[in-house]
Amino acid sequence: MSKHERTVVCRCEDITLEEIRDYISQGYTDLETLKRLLRVSMGRCQGKTCLSIIIRELSIATGLPVSEIAPTTYRPPTVGIPLGHLADGEVDHDES
Amino acid sequence: MMRADIVIIGGGISGAAIAYNLAKKGVKNIVVVEKHYQGAGATSRCGAGLRQQWGTKLNCELGKFSREYYENAVNELDYHGDIEFKQGGYLILASTEREMDQFRKNVALQNSLGIKSQVLSLDQAKEIVPYLNTQGLAGATYCSKDGHLNPFTTLDAFIQASKRLGVKYLLHTEVIGINKSGRKITGVVTSQGEIFTDTVVNAAGAYTREIAQMVGVDLPTHSERHEILVTTPVNPILKPMVMSFSKNIYTQQVPHGSIIMGRSGSHELDTHNQHSTWQFLEAMAKTATDLLPPLRKIRVVRSWAGEYNLSPDRQPIYSRAHEVDKFYNAAGFSGHGFMFAPATGLMMSEMILGQEFTIDVSRLSVDRFKNNELIIEPSVV
Repeated sequence: MSKHERTVVCRCEDITLEEIRDYISQGYTDLETLKRLLRVSMGRCQGKTCLSIIIRELSIATGLPVSEIAPTTYRPPTVGIPLGHLADGEVDHDES
Repeated sequence: MMRADIVIIGGGISGAAIAYNLAKKGVKNIVVVEKHYQGAGATSRCGAGLRQQWGTKLNCELGKFSREYYENAVNELDYHGDIEFKQGGYLILASTEREMDQFRKNVALQNSLGIKSQVLSLDQAKEIVPYLNTQGLAGATYCSKDGHLNPFTTLDAFIQASKRLGVKYLLHTEVIGINKSGRKITGVVTSQGEIFTDTVVNAAGAYTREIAQMVGVDLPTHSERHEILVTTPVNPILKPMVMSFSKNIYTQQVPHGSIIMGRSGSHELDTHNQHSTWQFLEAMAKTATDLLPPLRKIRVVRSWAGEYNLSPDRQPIYSRAHEVDKFYNAAGFSGHGFMFAPATGLMMSEMILGQEFTIDVSRLSVDRFKNNELIIEPSVV
């Protein structure tokens, strides 16, 4: 892959495949630590887009099967809710 | 078979800072044992604020030391990343004249110790946060040098620096027992085997009490669930950490743009429950949007929980055990383990090596609970 290539893997936090591979090569091979240092899976989608790709990268780098790399915790709320709606006791599931 | 000169239990900010300071002073063969991933406990779950505005002299001194340390930490620890120390100040709000009286005493104490905090009128507070709803407030205090950090990179800075000095980290390794012979520790039994050592540091955060029990030490700490949430990133709208003890809130905007807010919750003790609740989301949203109305439109992305390890007087415990030799506790931080970590690392290394304390923390030993010499901190969320 050319140095100038830029493949966005985490669209919420704008993290590229190159950054992820760089961190893995520095020895950050724990998904939980990658999450906290790179913010992957911390954004609005909480990893729906990027996690499977990152887990595959970790599997290639460490030799661990994909099935043995646990995904990060999916935290509530599942959809972003405005603080005002929570304060008023109304929950609007419309993401518009 | 593994041997270590010192085993530190807990791979969070306290354990890493203690390991770094010991290694820097020349101790070889230090092993840090962590049950999950680095910082899996309170370090990765905390609000990561740092304040010097306290009501006791010792907390002021620990806060001031840690603030000065963090200002230079990237150089000191030679870290490749950014610890994101944003010094936007802490704006602490009082709801009543009575609370304001305490705050005036706190500021006088802080000023006497060289901390440049000040008492503010509500108009002055609005100069810092223009949209602050001052209804029901009595006044505020402010210190511009307080702030917050990125807890993940700050921890990683201590870990990487200590690794370069030879410290070993055993992650995903759980301590299940501590062997001793008479008063002497002989080894730490883990899920991966025994580590032979005669010196143990208990920096296990929410689990300090259970670890101490393994050597027959009754540490008076309890763990309590606290909850916190984060919003989507927005443009910079909130410079300081805004905090109120009476309204039960602390909130800050991190450099990433997201806004973090937390409060103490159900006072659930010693269950080690780290699940989130809907009750928290609603109560937190009510308090935050009442105090800071523009937050109403901002969406919550995630919420999570972590544990405070409480001491009876809400001050840290820096102590050697009386019942067993070479067993040291850094415990009971009561929600302030992250911010005090630079002081914890240095003072614990001095205690373990028999050196004179840089800040005299001898009053923070467990003896204060037996002798009824509590140093009660009045200003805690």
